Amino acid sequence: MCGVFILFLVLVAVFADPLSHLIGWGPTQQDRATGTTADGLPVGPGRIHLLGADQLGRDVLVRLIYGARVSLVVGVSAAVAAVLIGVIIGLCAGFLGPAVDSVLARLMDVVLAFPFLLFAIALVTVVGPSEPLEIAVIAFFSWAAVGRIVRGQTLAIREREYVEAARSLGAGNLRIMVVDVLPNLIAPVLVYVTLLIPISIVFEATLSFLGVGIIPPTPSWGNMLDDAQQGGLYQVAWWFLTFPAAALVLTTLAFNLLGDSVRDALDPRTERLFAK
Amino acid sequence: MPLLEVRDLTVSFHTTDGLVQAVRGVSFDVEKGHTLGVVGESGSGKTVCTQTLIGLTPGADVSGRALFDGQDLLRMSSAELRKVRGARIAAIFQDPLSSLHPLYTVGWQIVEMIRAHRHIARSAARARAIELLDMVGIPQAASRVDDYPHQFSGGMRQRAMIAMALALDPDLIIADEPTTALDATVQAQVIELMMKLQAEFDTALIIITHDMGVIAETADEVMVMYAGKAVEKADRRTLFYFPHHPYTKGLLESIPGSTAAGEKLRPIPGQPPSLISIPTGCAFHPRCQYVMDRCISEVPPLFDIAGGHTSACFLPTQILGLGEDVDRERASAAAVGRAENGAAARLAARATEEIETSGVHLPDAGALAGAGMSDRSRDPGTSQNSPDDAGTQQ
Amino acid sequence: MTALPHGTSPAAAATAAAAAAPASTDDDDALLTLDDVVKHFPIRRGVVIKSEVGQVRAVDGVSLTVRRGETLGLVGETGCGKSTLARCMTRLYPLTSGRITFDGRDISRLSPRAMRPYRRQMQMIFQDPYGSLNPHRRIGSIIGDPFAIHGVADGPERKRKVQELMELVGLNPEHFNRFPSDFSGGQRQRIGVARALALRPKLIVCDEPVSALDVSIQAQIINLLQTLQSELGLTYVFIAHDLSVVEHVSDRVAVMYLGKIVEIAERAALYGTPRHPYTAALLSAASVADPDRAAVRQRIVLHGDVPSPIDPPSGCRFHPRCPKAQEICSRVQPDLVPVLADLPTHVTACHFPMADGEKLGTAPVEPADDRPPGTGVW
Repeated sequence: MCGVFILFLVLVAVFADPLSHLIGWGPTQQDRATGTTADGLPVGPGRIHLLGADQLGRDVLVRLIYGARVSLVVGVSAAVAAVLIGVIIGLCAGFLGPAVDSVLARLMDVVLAFPFLLFAIALVTVVGPSEPLEIAVIAFFSWAAVGRIVRGQTLAIREREYVEAARSLGAGNLRIMVVDVLPNLIAPVLVYVTLLIPISIVFEATLSFLGVGIIPPTPSWGNMLDDAQQGGLYQVAWWFLTFPAAALVLTTLAFNLLGDSVRDALDPRTERLFAK
Repeated sequence: MPLLEVRDLTVSFHTTDGLVQAVRGVSFDVEKGHTLGVVGESGSGKTVCTQTLIGLTPGADVSGRALFDGQDLLRMSSAELRKVRGARIAAIFQDPLSSLHPLYTVGWQIVEMIRAHRHIARSAARARAIELLDMVGIPQAASRVDDYPHQFSGGMRQRAMIAMALALDPDLIIADEPTTALDATVQAQVIELMMKLQAEFDTALIIITHDMGVIAETADEVMVMYAGKAVEKADRRTLFYFPHHPYTKGLLESIPGSTAAGEKLRPIPGQPPSLISIPTGCAFHPRCQYVMDRCISEVPPLFDIAGGHTSACFLPTQILGLGEDVDRERASAAAVGRAENGAAARLAARATEEIETSGVHLPDAGALAGAGMSDRSRDPGTSQNSPDDAGTQQ
Repeated sequence: MTALPHGTSPAAAATAAAAAAPASTDDDDALLTLDDVVKHFPIRRGVVIKSEVGQVRAVDGVSLTVRRGETLGLVGETGCGKSTLARCMTRLYPLTSGRITFDGRDISRLSPRAMRPYRRQMQMIFQDPYGSLNPHRRIGSIIGDPFAIHGVADGPERKRKVQELMELVGLNPEHFNRFPSDFSGGQRQRIGVARALALRPKLIVCDEPVSALDVSIQAQIINLLQTLQSELGLTYVFIAHDLSVVEHVSDRVAVMYLGKIVEIAERAALYGTPRHPYTAALLSAASVADPDRAAVRQRIVLHGDVPSPIDPPSGCRFHPRCPKAQEICSRVQPDLVPVLADLPTHVTACHFPMADGEKLGTAPVEPADDRPPGTGVW
């Protein structure tokens, strides 16, 4: 069920261009003729704009579709980047002994102690907003959580007899890390990726909402929400707020549910229950 | 009337892998003051069998009868069973650390357990707890009663479990692998203690174990289980010296240092079956060197041999005991029971070969060299180099 | 039944000839020599700054020799340090102090890299057939590990060798692609044996290889190990807590108590005339699968528990539980030497060794020291 929704979202994001063509409006195209009423207020959902238009007469549905693209690209790439960094650092911290561990574990603590939003706002103010920067910022603040989990798992796996067996065969650290430890991390990491994606999507929306993420007029769910709350527009044009918010909530929910089912599917306990 | 009379107990579980037939029709009696030893390997159903009696197998399909002092344990409501459990039937488990709650003192746990069944003052229950701990040989019981389980050593924890089991003067104690987690010297102490207390209180005891040594020291009667069935029942001496069932014989001959095994161990070939797909006929037939044609298709009932000795095997009941002569008798009796070149004949030949070789198929010297050593044997130059040299060559 | 190494090359034959020379404790004969090996694990406590508050003296000065082709049994109870000693022998743990000589070379201070060529020659078989195989890997790949790590064989050749090994230990070579969870405990232990044999080591340290197995399967693995030893000329260090298993497989037996060896002797001598009261108690406590013998044997029930290795008793470590202990035992640590009229091969660390046929008083000696064992470490 959640898989179907996510698949739908991915398809929508991939085929955003033909879809918008089909609907008949571009993501930044302003429909001054029919998109706003005579007194400048956006029109509600109807025949011309299926989910209504915004204050500049842009089609909400088309912008939602393009917003999905931004959300997925930023969410998935930030999550993947965070996991890659987290796995490598967590693995090293957990496996390479107390000296390496104390340095890397402190590093993770420092990252986790950073005030995320303040730092992001400050950084964007200095460097200027852009999509790659946004991905980097989200990844930078997410990897440490992954790193901690991986470190914990690695510390446990390190003590297993099969790791000892590999050592007694003369295997080096790198080989043991790649051949013996890493495969055992796949399940928890995969679960974490699926849970990290919605977090990153919400991060992205937050940054865009605060105006330090995706630069308008490129649509993202975050800056659509920002637009909606500007000047209290949502009080008259509910669709303007409701649809991006619903998209955000549904997507987050779908990914969280997916994460749960991935965990259930990969949980070694379910398969080991009767193995013994 | 025996204290506990179990008839045709059957327990199965539905799992995602299929129906697990853990116990397949087991009957036994336990007399007051007697010890029944239940012996079997992992997956023989010995633990499930007794756990079912005290209602510790939720979700299982249970049928049969288990009359305890005239009441059927299997038909009791959980409230009724709770009253019986602890007060009249107590249990001791393998791992005392997981049966004792880590966050409460040992004394508190004994007190609560007493007060759950008897309406007595806390102070009286505490005095009883100290008395019990002292009885099971915990030094300075009056102060150790306030210790937490982790402050006890393994042997002391098992003693504390025994104290708890005795707290309410039960009629029956079920001890499931009570000494498996303990070291030899501690195991000796615990067995001695259990035997002493049993004699003192005239308690009936069921000891479940895989260790024939424990059985040899404790049991009056022994029941051998295999794949959810009792394959042989006898008193202790008969079972050890005059076994009838080939599985019992195999178990005895597998034990290092036992008289039955002598210098060379004769292991039982193959692996115990999965309780999901139990072999047809006699469940032991794929591993039996005396397998006959009928063993593959017919389930052997428990045949009476003599005075309470029963065995679920089609071999003639007069062939009993251990040793080469008896084995020859068994072999010739079995040979009569199977067709030339039949399935049974093939199974028997394979089992016999495996017992002789322990499943080791030593290839000829050339092939052996291939198994890992070819790099050395093919190149004498490097074969006996010192490890240092080998290191630099790599 | 001292099995001699069967070499496949002339050089190996020469080694075999050397080993066949009159039995002596000569160094030529020794494959592995431990000299005063010590392994302490520091205990660190503290919230912010961790400081060392004590040491677990797991192995505390062990000297012994393993001869070519023999099986040396090592028995002791939980926490006596026998598994730690096994891991020191194979250099899985760095030593705190002491010296280990393997095949004439000092390996006690070698770096992991310098240790690698020796790893081909000494292997381990582990206790837990479930834990010692990575559940996420196919067994073909697990057994092939030694070849991959040492760059010995590749591709189809590796596969062929792995299948030969599987056949050798009694596994179906067609099960190459299965996962460990598809095998029972006994079969998994066979996988462990195959992996240890892959590089044709000289020494295999077996750490409780059969303790986790059912009796009938245990016998299969014991017979397998014995057959392989006589065919391949292996040397075993066989660690177990089950005295009858050790008696069955060993040529010589060492008894450990609280990080120290208390007695080493040829099997028959140790089981026949144990000198150390602890050995005697251990032997008397072992369960006997024979009702008549069990009924007549005299059990020496030791009182109290094994003290904590963090703060072991002074002098002879067994003195607080020893029925024969006298004042000197708590002060002076006895040396491991031949006692009474024993052969030089039978050494005992006891001030008051037991005479032939001496019965230890089973009178209870109130445990002098009955503190909780350790402070949560053991």
